[in-house]
Amino acid sequence: MKKRLVPLAFAAACLPLVWLVVQYLRGGLGRNPIDEGINDLGYIAFVFLAMTLACTPLQIVFKLKWPILLRKLLGDFCFFYACLHLSTYVVLDQGLSLPDLVQDVLKHKFIFLGMAAWLLMLPLAVTSTSGWQKRLGFRRWKRLHRVVYLCGGLAALHFFLRFKTPRPETVVWACVIALLLAVRVVEVVRRQRVRMLDSR
Amino acid sequence: MPRIPSSEITPKSTFLRRRELMKLAGGAALFAKAAFSKTAPKHGAKLAGVKPNPKYVVPNEKVNSFEDITTYNNFYELGTDKEDPSQNSDKLVTRPWTVSVEGEVQKPKKWSIEEIEKAFPAEERVYRFRCVEAWSMVIPWDGFSLGEFLKKHEPTSRAKYVSFETVVQPQMPGVKGYAGIPFPYQEGLRIDEAMHPLAILVTGLYGEELPNQDGAPIRLIAPWKYGFKSAKSIVRIKLQETQPQTTWNQYGGGVEYGFYANVNPEVDHPRWSQARERRIGEILRRKTLMWNGYPEVAPLYAGMDLKKFF
Repeated sequence: MKKRLVPLAFAAACLPLVWLVVQYLRGGLGRNPIDEGINDLGYIAFVFLAMTLACTPLQIVFKLKWPILLRKLLGDFCFFYACLHLSTYVVLDQGLSLPDLVQDVLKHKFIFLGMAAWLLMLPLAVTSTSGWQKRLGFRRWKRLHRVVYLCGGLAALHFFLRFKTPRPETVVWACVIALLLAVRVVEVVRRQRVRMLDSR
Repeated sequence: MPRIPSSEITPKSTFLRRRELMKLAGGAALFAKAAFSKTAPKHGAKLAGVKPNPKYVVPNEKVNSFEDITTYNNFYELGTDKEDPSQNSDKLVTRPWTVSVEGEVQKPKKWSIEEIEKAFPAEERVYRFRCVEAWSMVIPWDGFSLGEFLKKHEPTSRAKYVSFETVVQPQMPGVKGYAGIPFPYQEGLRIDEAMHPLAILVTGLYGEELPNQDGAPIRLIAPWKYGFKSAKSIVRIKLQETQPQTTWNQYGGGVEYGFYANVNPEVDHPRWSQARERRIGEILRRKTLMWNGYPEVAPLYAGMDLKKFF
C-alpha cells in the first residue's frame, strides 16, 4: 500500500490540471475563461499549499505517518500550479512586458504579495530533493523550509485581497493556515518544556 | 439445453420493480445533468419599433454576444459570482414596477414601467462597457436619454446631483445572505453628467426586454464611467443639492473608488492597474481608452485633478 501511495497521489494531483484543460476546451470556464483559468490555477496552488502544510500537523495531532510520505509531492505540485498561475498572469495579463510587470508588482499590494509568495517558494522547490537535504544538512534544510509558513500567510492574504469585498471562503482559508501554524507552535513549546523537565 | 444457473435469474421481486429502477436511473441522470450544466439565459419579449441610432456605434469592433452579456454579470443582489446573476435571474420580480422621481424637482412623479416605456421609446445605442475589474464588452443597449427624462420633471436650481437606488426584494439571494456590501445599492451622478447626451436609461438589449441579470426593467448606462456607476433595476431617482453617498464610496472608507469613477488608464485601482482591459472573447489584454473612448465628456471635468477626483 505504502509503495502505491505516492504514484496514486501523483496521478490524483494531476487531475485538477486535466479538469481545467477539459473545462477550457468545452467552454465550461464561462465567458471570461482567461481570468477564470488564472484564478482557478491560483486556487489549486493554494489548496496544495494548505495540504503540504497539513502533513506535519496531521502527524503531530493524529499520529498519522502516511501524510509525511506525501509532503514532498504535495509541495512540488503546489509549486507546479503556482508556476502555471504566475506564467498565465505574466503572459496573458501582462503580455510578457517586463516594465508593465515590474510596475504592476511594485504598485499593487495584492500582486506584490502573490509574487513574494512565489519567490519564497522558489528556493524551497529547488532544495526539495534528498540530495539538497544532505548538502545543506538536515537542521539547516529544516530551518529553510519553515519559510513555507510565510508563503502560506502571504498566499492567504493575496487571496483575501483579490476580491472587492471580504469573501467568507478567503477568511476560512486564512484560518486554516493559521490553525496549522498554531499546531506547530504549540508542539515546539511542548517539546521545549519536555526538554527542560528532562534536563532538570 | 444448458441449464441457466440460478444466480443469473433475476428474482421476481426485482423483475417487477424494473420500471421503478429505470425511473431511478433516469432521475439520477437528470440530477447529474442539473448539477453539471447551467440553464441557458432566457430571451425577453421583442421590443416594438427599436431603431439603431447611427450616432452611437462602436466602429470596427465586434459586438459581444447575447450569452456574453447575460451570463457574465456583477449584480451582488443576485449573488457575487459572475454566473450567479444569470442563474438566479428569476429571483428578481420586475412586474409591477414603479420608479419614483423625487427631490429637487417641480414635478415629482411615480412612474409605472409601462408608462415610461410608452412615453420614452427606446433606440439602439452600441456602447463600450468597461468594468472596474479590467474586463470590457461592446453592448447594443436599447434606451433613451436620461437628460430628456429628468427635464420632464423640471429640476430646480438646487438640483446639483442625481442619486439612483436599486431595488431590494427579500427573495434575492444576495440580499438574504452575505454579499459584503450594504443594500439598497446607491449610485449617483453630478447633474451635468446626468444631462450629458451619452447618459441613458436602458430598458432593452438586442431589441428585446432587458434580462433581469442586466438590471431589468430599467437601468442607467454612463459609458465613460466604470460599470458599477450604472445602477441596475432602479426604483428611485432623487435630485438633490448635496453629493449622494454611493455604495462603493462608503465601502472601506472610500478606498475602493471615488465618486467620479471615470474610465482612466492612468489612474490605477488601489489593487490593480487600469491601463489595460480584457475584452470578453479575447485572450490578450488591450489598452484601455481615456474616458472609455468617449472624449466628448472631457469638458465636464475641465480643470479638475483627475488623480484626486478618480
